[in-house]
Amino acid sequence: MGGDAPQHAAAMSYTLQFGQVVGYIPDLLWGALISLELAFLGFVFGFGIGLFNASVLHFGRGWVTWPSKAYVVFFLNTPLLVQIFFIYFALPDFGITLTSWQAVVIGLALNAGAYLTEIQRAGFQSIHAAEIEAAETLGFTRIQTIQHVILPHICKVLFPPLSNQYIILTMTTSIAAIFGVEELTGRTYNANAITFRAFELFSIAAVIYIALTLIASALLVFVGRRLFRIDAKVF
Amino acid sequence: MAYLTLDKVSAAYGATPVLQDIDLRVEKGEIVSLIGPSGSGKSTLLRVLVGLLRPQAGTISLAGERIDYASKAALRRARETFAIVFQQYNLFQNMTTLRNVTVAPTIVQKRPAAEVEAEARDLLTRVGLGEKFDAYPDQLSGGQQQRVAIARALALKPDILLLDEVTAALDPELVSEVLDAIRALAESGITMLIVSHEMGFVREVADRVVFMDAGRVVETGAPAEIFDRPQTLRAKEFTAKILRH
Amino acid sequence: MWEQLAEEAPRFFGYYNMIFIAQAFGQTLALSVLGALAGFVLGAFLAVLRHPRLVPFAPGRWLAISYVEIFRRIPFLVKLMCVFFAYQLAGAKVSMFTVALTTVILSATAFAAEIVRAGLESVHRNQWDAAETMNFAPAQALRLVLLPQAWKIIIPPSFSYVIGFIKSTSIASQIGVLELTYAAKVLSTKGFSALLCYGTILILYFLICWPTKLLGAHLERRLGVSHTR
Repeated sequence: MGGDAPQHAAAMSYTLQFGQVVGYIPDLLWGALISLELAFLGFVFGFGIGLFNASVLHFGRGWVTWPSKAYVVFFLNTPLLVQIFFIYFALPDFGITLTSWQAVVIGLALNAGAYLTEIQRAGFQSIHAAEIEAAETLGFTRIQTIQHVILPHICKVLFPPLSNQYIILTMTTSIAAIFGVEELTGRTYNANAITFRAFELFSIAAVIYIALTLIASALLVFVGRRLFRIDAKVF
Repeated sequence: MAYLTLDKVSAAYGATPVLQDIDLRVEKGEIVSLIGPSGSGKSTLLRVLVGLLRPQAGTISLAGERIDYASKAALRRARETFAIVFQQYNLFQNMTTLRNVTVAPTIVQKRPAAEVEAEARDLLTRVGLGEKFDAYPDQLSGGQQQRVAIARALALKPDILLLDEVTAALDPELVSEVLDAIRALAESGITMLIVSHEMGFVREVADRVVFMDAGRVVETGAPAEIFDRPQTLRAKEFTAKILRH
Repeated sequence: MWEQLAEEAPRFFGYYNMIFIAQAFGQTLALSVLGALAGFVLGAFLAVLRHPRLVPFAPGRWLAISYVEIFRRIPFLVKLMCVFFAYQLAGAKVSMFTVALTTVILSATAFAAEIVRAGLESVHRNQWDAAETMNFAPAQALRLVLLPQAWKIIIPPSFSYVIGFIKSTSIASQIGVLELTYAAKVLSTKGFSALLCYGTILILYFLICWPTKLLGAHLERRLGVSHTR
């Protein structure tokens, strides 16, 4: 997987021939579904990790916060690819052997988790004491304050950056191809190995990614507008 | 022949008409004040003159010559004739007071730097800001910023000065210092078109008052006539409301 | 396992390996810094092209918008492959470094365009009105009024932007560019344990990115109080 394409491909793909590769599009689209699945898993687990760490960072004091800080700083400042290489190749030395799929999902989750920690922490910080005071003076109980004041506010504040992160994650899943996972990019490599129509195939993959993210952006903007009255543009 | 003539000028923001069939004449050296309720189009009229909004119909002429706002060259010339002072002062935040006043004459009008700077210092001193040459806008009060804006407009040596509700954004105690500055200007003989809510000031300074409502000119006349003896119904309603204060 | 590490480490951190890693480090830096700089210049150009008052030319706007959206919505790996095969189709024999650099520049342009656009849009339209009515030419308004005010909004995200590309260059290892990630792979095929190889490379990336981030945070704080002449 990866590496240089065979040199003789140069002579064969001199004239672009999309006709030959059109038949592979359904396969690529199924791969896109796998990409979406990876993004979903990465996001859900990452969100959980992020929620935990954001809570620790926001409500904790002193050395309790150090592990979370270290986690965020480490995963934000190192490349995802190398993180997954480490998980896949180095963890077996510690007795933890994972399949490609597992390593990729864990890597995506840990990596996204760092970004999601920062996002959710900003969300926590955006709550002003003034709002809580107002709710208390109006007679809200703790639970009611959380339910009617804090949660809606946080959801509205967090929706745009979370949406953005989800779109990014959808694209990041292409890295799974390097580990043999047959998501969209992986299947593009496979199809190329058979047809050698590399440029055509990767262009089609590019178009599918653009379409996926555009649709996702549009849907998220629509949901944001309806649920949270957030005024945003797709582009 | 009037110095500035507007003849059946109409303008719109998208589908919404904001000026309809405006007829207006301003003589050289005259001070004309536009008054009227919010949304009547007074500020819009100034924006049209200075080229921030393109008129859809009618002609605007200066000393008999028509201004073609569609032509870049004519637009440039129009902007050399008019200088506008905005309600929000619109000073360049990244420049000192002095630089705000000198930047356009030096860079745009290409006048010699030394001459421009001397003049700028003089103008700023005349509006009472001789101590503030090196201050940045965010270090000045609203009234001070507005006076800088006036100095900046004057530095361009315009033929006609447009003042767009220049005291509306100021705290009450800062209004009089700006009005004093304008009053001094009025003595100098420059042609001015003033949009204002300060009725006492308008009455004192304007040669002629134009009452606008819903994008149209409703009534014009000397201040005493408009304020004391309004002829039209809308003008009567308006002056009644403001006199109640 | 730890005994194995202890045995390996002196060999791993030997002279020739260190030179090798240093060279790879240099490639990573060259790719990311050159790419980010070039991308920034091109991206700024696109942002200006897109601005309705600076350049009132609709096709230019649409070109800029399309470019940004397209190149922001394709994963780096896919872009890299497209660029690689595009060069091949064109019959150009270029180094893998050039392929990777081209990809970084194409991507960086799109991201920089958004950063600069946000900066330009952050300047209140009042400033525009004033400059326009005083007959500033668009270039003059940009130079004298807009950019001096937009800088403060542009600088902070620029650091994340550069760090993002330092990390993206790890994918260039897939076409054989001798940057840090490729170096890790090479060393691990030479027999060193994966822990040592990938662990060291992770730390190296960290040592490039984190100080940059801290520098960016520091500058962001200082930018709260700044004026230009």
